[in-house]
Amino acid sequence: MPEITRDEVAHLAMLARIDLDDAELDHLAPQLSVILDSVASIEGVAGDDVPPTSHPMPLTNVFRDDVVVPCLTAEEALSGAPEVEQQRFAVPRILGDEQ
Amino acid sequence: MTATLVPFEEVLERYDPALGLEVHVELNTATKMFCGCPASFGEEPNTSVCPVCLGLPGAMPVVNGKAVESAIRIGLALNCEIAEWCRFARKNYFYPDMPKNFQTSQYDEPIAFEGWVDVEVEGETYRVDIERAHMEEDTGKSTHVGTTGRIHGADYSLVDYNRAGIPLIEIVTKPILGAGAKAPAVARAYVQQLRDLIVALGVSEARMDQGNLRADVNLSLSPRGSGVLGTRTETKNVNSFRSVERAVRYEMSRHAAVLDAGEKILQETRHWHEDTGITTSGREKSDAEDYRYFPEPDLVPVAPSREWVDELRGTLPENPVQKRLRLQADWGFSDLEMRDTVGAGALSLVEETVAAGAAPQAARKWWLSELARRANDTGVDISAVGVSPQQVAEVQALVEAGKINDKLARQVFDGLLAGEGTPEEIVASRGLAIVSDEGALGAAVDNAIAANPDVADKIRDGKLAAAGALIGAVMKEMRGQADANRVRELILERLS
Amino acid sequence: MTDLTRKTAAELVDLLAAGETTSVEVTQAHLDRIAAVDGAVHAFLQVDADGALQQAAAADERRAAATPASVLDGVPIAVKDVLATRGLPTTCGSRILEGWVPPYDATVVTRLREAGLPILGKTNMDEFAMGSSTEHSAYGPTHNPWDLDRIPGGSGGGSAAAVAAYEAPLALGTDTGGSIRQPGAVTGTIGVKPTYGSVSRYGLVALANSLDQVGPVTRTVLDAALLHEIIGGHDPMDSTSVQDRVPDLTDAARLGASGDLTGVRIGVVKELGGEGYQEGVLTRFQESLDLMVKAGAEVVEVSCPTFVHALATYYLILPAEASSNLAKFDAMRYGLRVLPEGVDNPSAEEVMRATRDAGFGDEVKRRIILGTYALSSGYYDAYYGQAQKVRTLVIRDFDAAFAKADVLVSPTAPTTAFKIGDKVDDPLAMYLNDLATIPANLSGVPGISIPSGLADEDGLPAGVQILAPALADDRVYRVGAALETLLRDQWGGPLLAQAPELQGAPA
Repeated sequence: MPEITRDEVAHLAMLARIDLDDAELDHLAPQLSVILDSVASIEGVAGDDVPPTSHPMPLTNVFRDDVVVPCLTAEEALSGAPEVEQQRFAVPRILGDEQ
Repeated sequence: MTATLVPFEEVLERYDPALGLEVHVELNTATKMFCGCPASFGEEPNTSVCPVCLGLPGAMPVVNGKAVESAIRIGLALNCEIAEWCRFARKNYFYPDMPKNFQTSQYDEPIAFEGWVDVEVEGETYRVDIERAHMEEDTGKSTHVGTTGRIHGADYSLVDYNRAGIPLIEIVTKPILGAGAKAPAVARAYVQQLRDLIVALGVSEARMDQGNLRADVNLSLSPRGSGVLGTRTETKNVNSFRSVERAVRYEMSRHAAVLDAGEKILQETRHWHEDTGITTSGREKSDAEDYRYFPEPDLVPVAPSREWVDELRGTLPENPVQKRLRLQADWGFSDLEMRDTVGAGALSLVEETVAAGAAPQAARKWWLSELARRANDTGVDISAVGVSPQQVAEVQALVEAGKINDKLARQVFDGLLAGEGTPEEIVASRGLAIVSDEGALGAAVDNAIAANPDVADKIRDGKLAAAGALIGAVMKEMRGQADANRVRELILERLS
Repeated sequence: MTDLTRKTAAELVDLLAAGETTSVEVTQAHLDRIAAVDGAVHAFLQVDADGALQQAAAADERRAAATPASVLDGVPIAVKDVLATRGLPTTCGSRILEGWVPPYDATVVTRLREAGLPILGKTNMDEFAMGSSTEHSAYGPTHNPWDLDRIPGGSGGGSAAAVAAYEAPLALGTDTGGSIRQPGAVTGTIGVKPTYGSVSRYGLVALANSLDQVGPVTRTVLDAALLHEIIGGHDPMDSTSVQDRVPDLTDAARLGASGDLTGVRIGVVKELGGEGYQEGVLTRFQESLDLMVKAGAEVVEVSCPTFVHALATYYLILPAEASSNLAKFDAMRYGLRVLPEGVDNPSAEEVMRATRDAGFGDEVKRRIILGTYALSSGYYDAYYGQAQKVRTLVIRDFDAAFAKADVLVSPTAPTTAFKIGDKVDDPLAMYLNDLATIPANLSGVPGISIPSGLADEDGLPAGVQILAPALADDRVYRVGAALETLLRDQWGGPLLAQAPELQGAPA
């Protein structure tokens, strides 16, 4: 039975950028274990010879012509922004590097 | 951390370097990778954006067919296999520059893989194996704002998403082993060659200084002869050919110092500092970094037909190695001259200068002496020196027409760099034209002979080499604006 | 005067065409009904009275000029709040998107506007469509018009309840694992999940991209067909959109309405029934089968052995895709921004974490964590990778079953509507609601839910689900309309006529 520990949940929450507090971690970890236990039943259902399906309809090569279409105006683009400055999205200080 | 570096030659006594290069090429398509917004530069902030590249809820990507075509052509030019079927994948990580908090990229199914290019360094050919070339999208651009003038004194950032979604091709080499002391030069030659190839394909502006071409340099050292790969570092965004070479040298010396001290190399990204020529620690690569790749469900697989691939193969420019042989024959360059030209990153510049009408040797001379020196002085790549092949050809035409000489030509280059106009305008405005007035020239020659009677005697006695002293005196009086050959003729006429 | 809210969309079309009413009257009648009952039902998160009346007036002008934009020109509609509507807030039932006004329309919304359907407002839903009861909406649950203490199904409980409570003749829903069909079953209404890729997803805020599909929510099969024809068809903005033409669905519905099923082979899926299904639901299902046999259908039993793994497969694929889709809600570009408490000059990352904690509800957090786990290195092959392989097996099971039968049938949901609050903190019990509807999403095939009657034990509606092969959406309309006719003949009218009158408080 796959067990998911509180520490693992905390790590996953960090990856997912959710600030779970202790109470939430206590609550979530056992629930996730139960869910994982039930979904673990698919282990071994499909053998190595079965190809995975990522898309239900078998389409390929859907391309767009390289032709410019109208953009949003800056006003529309920024309309939902919590903060705007100099026609840019104002965001809290960014730590660390780009990947 | 470790302040001391191990001298380069010493590094090689104890270690073998392994190199790897990841180069991002920004394509010059009209639109972005997954939407119809213009992929142009210099627009007002957040005006080249739409729901797709802004990552608005509900928006969906559609692949730019032209970008796929460019990716395939790059792959073919790198002698890669082209995937019969491949998919886009999501690379999941959070970063405010990235609107969706995942980058739409390719993971284990790149469009092109298993290729190679041959690069030449000092007459030796190195084969660089290409692991893959894949399609992805660029991020937005953030600017950090300092603490001044903010009510809460907090610093913050401003983000412009115009660049988000511009198509990128990432080209990744396999580890380059066995280059030894030439590792820095091989790295540089590879990136130069890649640039030439991209330019010839016409798929990108490929300007390193503009960020169209960005190189990440991976380096590790292994104890000499052990064959065991060491821990690598990745130096990001090295933005000139010269810096690629310097960054490799620096990291080799730094790695050796760390290893010599019995310490471990941290697997991390490093920042290259152009001004000081060093790298500093960036982000540590850790287990916490987990991109959770999975196939992008909003895009369907790309399955280029073999007919399409063959058709694109027919559009490829000449193979660079063959092209080099052809140019060498056409230009009549010696092996050494050719090698120096390639090594200086001036092959395409010379080619364009010749195409603009200059003689090959003259074109080579200007680029490899005068302009290479200036590029070196200002620390830029020769292609970014600020003088175009067309202008070099114009300067040379003035020399050949006898309007200026080589020495005056250097002043014309000064004028070009100072933005004083065309070569002809500079010659006129700076008053650089050679004086062809025989009267003035003859008077100057007579003055020189009169002032140096003993030199004149030597020449009369047949010691023609002494003429140089008189020529110098004449040129001085003419302030350089005379044709030295004509001066010599006049002197010999008078003293024979 | 006749109550315009009791008319079907097809009837309204006739009245509008005959000049016996106007779109403004029809729209106003529904706005009045919303004002009267939505305080009790809470089907709507947002009502756009002014916008709807304006669009209605424009529709009336077109009708007067004899240039209607479409068959349904002037018939009002409600839209699930997961579809982007320009100028109208779109929250997906989440606090994190509170007040977000999209600067663009979803393609299906564009098609509604072009066809002249006034948009009454946006309907309630489980947060980001995660749930089967609409209790996971950040804005409070929707109540089932049959019994206000019970859930209306989910995630599209708002759309189903709006139609069941006569607040709208038509609504749009989205179905990722049954979110159109299951609410249809528990509210006694019609819900259709079209073939994956046959209706554009552009502007549908994705839950699980490879499973989501937009579809009609109505009170009759014919109305669903009329709406489906307007929203369906290829969209170049959706790369997964199929090129194939939408088959003639209204013709199929009209053909089926004769009640004749001669020669139609109906496959009963062995694995979708029995244990875990409420007795009254099974009784009504058997009754429907018997009626169809009497109408000439041939019943065959088919086995789809991997369907027993469909739920597990779904709960790996969905959270994985959702965890990535929902990453964009990070307080940087739109929506909620929450600063962490007690942190001086917080970084972007700290603000993201605080906002996502405050802005997402429990079920969303559960699934994001689960999906992050399923995709993380070391687990991908065992979970997400394996789920995608089982998905292939589910598709093969469908292929084999459709070789024996023209359509497949099962109860839509295993139970009737349960009490609000009963399962809200028992995720597994909640997930079981989608047991029968999920296989269609995994394979992309179309399905419809038709009211099958009231369960004897609680007097609440149950549904029958009819599935057809991919792109054969016309079959679900033909067989669905036939069953609808057969049952109505038995009941002497639509099932909804048996629903109690709402005495609800005004909105």
